Amino acid sequence: MSDTETAKLPKDLAADKGMVNVQIDGTWIQVPRGTRMIEACKIAGVEVPHYCYHPKLSSPGNCRMCLVQMGMPPRLAPGQDPEYNDDGYQEIGWMPRPVIACANTVAENMGISTKSEIVTKCREGVMEFMLINHPLDCPICDQAGECRLQEFSVEHGKSESRFKEDKVKKPKNVQIGPRIRLDDERCIMCSRCIRFMDEVADEPVLGFTERGTHTTVAVYPGRELDNNYGLNTVDLCPVGALTSNDFRFQMRTWFLKETKTIDVNCATGANITVWTRGNKIFRITPRENNDVNSNWMPDSHRLNFHHINDGARLTEPMVKVDGQHEATSWQLALEGAADALKQFDAKEIAVIASARQTNEELFLVRALAAELETEALSIVERIGESDGKLISADRNPNTTGAKLVWQNAKPASQLESIREGVRKGSIKAVIALGEDLTEEAGFSAEDLEKLELLISSNILANPTAQASDIVLPGAAFSEKRGSMVNITGRLQRLNNACVPPGDARDDWMLLRDFVLAISGEANSIPTLESLFNALAENIEEFQGQTLSKIGDLGVQITETGETIPLLEYEKARKERGEIVG
Amino acid sequence: MSEVQYLPGKEPHPREYRMIFKNVDRAGWDPSIECYMNDGGYDQLKAALKMDPIAIREEVKTSGLRGRGGAGFPTGVKWGFIPPNNTKPVYLICNCDESEPGTFKDRYIVHQDPHQLIEGMVISAFSVGAHVAYIYIREEFPAGAEILETAIEEARAKGFLGKDILGSGFDLEIYVHRGAGAYICGEETGLIESLEGKRPYPRIKPPYFPAALGLYMAPTIVNNVESLCHVKHIIERGGEEYAKLGVPRNNGTRILCVSGDVKKPGYYEVEVGKLTMGELLNDICGGPKDGRTLKAVIPGGSSAKILRCDETYKIGRGDDAKEISFWDIDMDFDTVAACGSMAGSGGVIVMDDSRKISWVLNNLNHFYAHESCGQCTPCREGSTWMKKISDRIVSGKANPEDVKTLEEVAYQIDGRTVCAFGEASSWPVEAIISKFRDELVAETSEDNEYKSAEALEQMKYL
Repeated sequence: MSDTETAKLPKDLAADKGMVNVQIDGTWIQVPRGTRMIEACKIAGVEVPHYCYHPKLSSPGNCRMCLVQMGMPPRLAPGQDPEYNDDGYQEIGWMPRPVIACANTVAENMGISTKSEIVTKCREGVMEFMLINHPLDCPICDQAGECRLQEFSVEHGKSESRFKEDKVKKPKNVQIGPRIRLDDERCIMCSRCIRFMDEVADEPVLGFTERGTHTTVAVYPGRELDNNYGLNTVDLCPVGALTSNDFRFQMRTWFLKETKTIDVNCATGANITVWTRGNKIFRITPRENNDVNSNWMPDSHRLNFHHINDGARLTEPMVKVDGQHEATSWQLALEGAADALKQFDAKEIAVIASARQTNEELFLVRALAAELETEALSIVERIGESDGKLISADRNPNTTGAKLVWQNAKPASQLESIREGVRKGSIKAVIALGEDLTEEAGFSAEDLEKLELLISSNILANPTAQASDIVLPGAAFSEKRGSMVNITGRLQRLNNACVPPGDARDDWMLLRDFVLAISGEANSIPTLESLFNALAENIEEFQGQTLSKIGDLGVQITETGETIPLLEYEKARKERGEIVG
Repeated sequence: MSEVQYLPGKEPHPREYRMIFKNVDRAGWDPSIECYMNDGGYDQLKAALKMDPIAIREEVKTSGLRGRGGAGFPTGVKWGFIPPNNTKPVYLICNCDESEPGTFKDRYIVHQDPHQLIEGMVISAFSVGAHVAYIYIREEFPAGAEILETAIEEARAKGFLGKDILGSGFDLEIYVHRGAGAYICGEETGLIESLEGKRPYPRIKPPYFPAALGLYMAPTIVNNVESLCHVKHIIERGGEEYAKLGVPRNNGTRILCVSGDVKKPGYYEVEVGKLTMGELLNDICGGPKDGRTLKAVIPGGSSAKILRCDETYKIGRGDDAKEISFWDIDMDFDTVAACGSMAGSGGVIVMDDSRKISWVLNNLNHFYAHESCGQCTPCREGSTWMKKISDRIVSGKANPEDVKTLEEVAYQIDGRTVCAFGEASSWPVEAIISKFRDELVAETSEDNEYKSAEALEQMKYL
């Protein structure tokens, strides 16, 4: 080795990569220059407790929970050369005064201690201050079980309070908007909700009033928190100050099972967690994915699950006999459907599928249409307006998937001709999959009456199901497995949080058996995985993918050129250094 | 200076050196621009506008001027913190939020000699390159705000403000901004937030050092009223000549505001460090009231740590180390700091033996509990907790243990807050308890087992 190589110090090695060396609780690691101390600790696997800090919001440094001890190499006198130890680092001089880890950035040869006596004392002190005026009403608080105040007080607090005085009284049970309630006594003034409404939702209706210990979060007079992103403040609230009217008092959080899946209310495909107990959904919360929805989701999507728990669900296959639906078995229903379809000429049959179906389902729909030799195949478009944040104009979650799987740039193009065909009488049999034809598809009740055969699969007893000769009960998005491709071309996975009610089945199984009933072939697709593999072999964009490879955060399989406005906005904020991102 | 006559009964003490307060209580003096100009007013501005802005800053550095607001940071050094490659506008802010209890110097400058401040501000703005300056004046000075507005109009009419000042090509507008009555607005970043129209929540430093990221995230220099007035006199005398006033590292004059239990409380402008505590209290202020002895002094505004009059202090290092009594403390920044307190804003609060220290403590705690902005946890919760404990001490409902708790709460705030308010509210408590523990404990009783209303309510059901 040459002399120059041996002389290279850790600082130079790091600098070459745009990194700095930081000693965290005694261990040296390299982190990118400009990293916040709290994030550097995270990289080192050291948790720094915090309340106000959130990587997607500005950092006011107000909770003081993340105080750590910082050390730097000694300041050199002019002309003095730095001294390095055997490992090539300078001695760290520890500062007596703690610093906040959330807003300070790392520097070369910096030391961070999260375990020193000062830090322990700081955490203990801040915890005590947080709790002196807190009502300690955990037994009736919705946040219990996922409360940072509970967690950090167990880890860093004292078991007894020295506070003998009367607590400060503040407003309780304040309805600050149609969906959210505020308990000001529980609030720890971290200001996350205020910053979210200002910086992300762009509707700064929240703020503080009063001062000192009487400081109170409030809605601007005459306004309410009715923004469509308002419920994110409930997720952000580290304590039980903000609670969702919808979830309030419904279930203790520790009884709930978490399932990672995706939202199906628009083409963005926000990553979500579905919280269930037994077979019932209690709430849906956004799940961080920096390529899709950041940490947020719109209220309108989050709350759109109650119909799944509803009594109007279809629970068993039905066949119409003398104008009355009668329950039957899957075998009889599907054989009946196959036999009925054989009465028609291929040209007389149309298949109306849905871009709310998964890629796997759409792949089977294509097989179904091929088996029936019909070319009248379409999805139903749902176009609204983008909200400029996370809701895309396309309200179908899997239009991109339909385009790819069907290899058709306009998968909804035939809907109008099918409608015409039904009206003229040239199309006599329709298979409606996952769509209520009387809604966006534009069919009237009279149109459906004209049909000689209507087979439908759906989850609710809607007018299409009512008019159908054969009804095949399917699964809601939370009961399904499969994959979808979002507006940007990202392949994402649905996981089932519960099982379909009664005899209802996951749609891919239903469709597979339907195809097999028509073809009379033996089942060669035992699992969803094998179905996905067949799809991946057939469709170029899916090649090399498997369901497990998709993972919790999805993979980009194509570039559609579309972007998600909120992500672009957050990227810009990150570049400006306003947020960690 | 000898011909300056003062109003009868308001004559300065012979030990005083009137420079900033030259025109305060001056016979025949009024705050109009004519009066000011007849006395040579705005001459220094004319001289300064012919200088290089950097040269002015260097003069201020040479003068050794330290900020008179409380922290005592060198003014010229502060000006030099503006990033050299700055492309944003620079702002100058005059901090006229004089709200530190015990301090009453800036109000006299504003009320009686507003043009001295304006002249100092124009020179300072010229030096730092600001074209917009603000005077942030506290809500409690309504008359002062009007006087300043009038003075600004007068100065503009004479061409000392506005476009192309005195043909120099330099533009400056000064705006008066009135606060809404909050102590925290005196903290410079809180002041800036308030000026931006927000709640005056102090900003974290780093990254928000005003000289780089101040008002509207542009470089901003925030100086105290008295500091800005000194700039005028530095131009008049030159930095080196000015530095001859006072003692090394503590140059110039400063105004001491003495309140409390002395015969002649009031404001006294003296050369920094040329006077001891004993000389100030006994010679200038006339000593304690008859039949009383002095007990304690808060030397630099209510946030400064209290000093007992019977204490001695070890100051200096090595060969310079010596022990001095309370009476021998030189009234400069460094000596007061070496004695464990701070010269702060110059507010000297004197208490004699008729004062109960618990009452003093409680009074201060009430102030800080009322004024805590509520942004960060330790100060928000701690200041009121301390108040509640001292409330019980003065009302005789405290247990000796409560004194210990109070002290621990103070240390739990100290050094852990966003701004210096944490120290401001905890230092008085720490100092009073450490120096007067016995007196406080004497007011408590082992028999007191305090229960909150909630605790009493719960006991009903036990």
